[in-house]
Amino acid sequence: MILATVGTQLPFDRLLRALDAWAARNPDQRVRAQSGNSQEVFKNMDCTAFLSPAAYAGAVEEADIIVSHAGMGSILTAAELGKPIVILPRLAAHGEHRTDHQLATAAEMASLANVTVIESAEELGPALDRLSGAPTLPAAERISASADAGLIGAVAHFLRGAA
Amino acid sequence: MPTSPKTHRPKVLAISSGGGHWIQLLRLRPAFEGAEVHFACSDPGAAEMVGPAPFSSFPDANKDQPLKLLFCAFAVLRILLRTRPDAIVTTGAAGGYLAIALGRLFGIRGMFVDSIANAHELSISARLALRITDKVLTQWPGVADATPAAFHGRVL
Repeated sequence: MILATVGTQLPFDRLLRALDAWAARNPDQRVRAQSGNSQEVFKNMDCTAFLSPAAYAGAVEEADIIVSHAGMGSILTAAELGKPIVILPRLAAHGEHRTDHQLATAAEMASLANVTVIESAEELGPALDRLSGAPTLPAAERISASADAGLIGAVAHFLRGAA
Repeated sequence: MPTSPKTHRPKVLAISSGGGHWIQLLRLRPAFEGAEVHFACSDPGAAEMVGPAPFSSFPDANKDQPLKLLFCAFAVLRILLRTRPDAIVTTGAAGGYLAIALGRLFGIRGMFVDSIANAHELSISARLALRITDKVLTQWPGVADATPAAFHGRVL
């Protein structure tokens, strides 16, 4: 199953249209999307506007590949569960976000083992074709469920001061 | 508004907006060990990820939505009055900043951890938080070099 997610704010139809077109060419693949505030109707995938965080995490667990905007929630959840994730950053020029900071997020997260960053919607189909059959990463290659020791230590130190 | 008499088990309000902010807040949980944690998120559905811990939700807002910001501030104030935390930890965005700003009026200490998404500059909420607390953390050493925010590590 392919699971797409585009966050909860502005629509991101550029990504969803490209995925719907890929789904039309691959009728044997089940495609689900958390489509957010999109007003469009997509015929070839199963869309839900919003999933609760727990339902979303469950859907990621079931999915073979995640398709997403460059949102940290999507990237972190996929990395925790070892799922390949294809990321298309939202662009302010298309009215998809207020700033272009998703370009920086995508560039910085590209080094994670499970992340594939694409620069245009046209690259989505080829990326999915390439990743089809890619396995969920083994536990040793996933990120841990918590922040690094430095950040945990800094927050814990701050809280000890409140005791 | 610290609880009295003081105990060694501080009460913490862990608060954030939904989506990536919330996922990052959850990744700080080992730091809350030994504390009594009350979670708050703009997404009511987030409750099922932290149950049975106490949880409140509040309406989200951003700087371009003054009326929503006001509703958000009132809801956050109510959460503060009800939970009376000793400290506030937030991963943003607006609601987390408001919690720290309002908490300060009651002498509650606050820490703002800026999202890892802000790789090149601090978020607006983090910049506002710097005006009222020195406990603002960035997850990027380059941002720490260029701003008063500190770098100690990141959520992954």
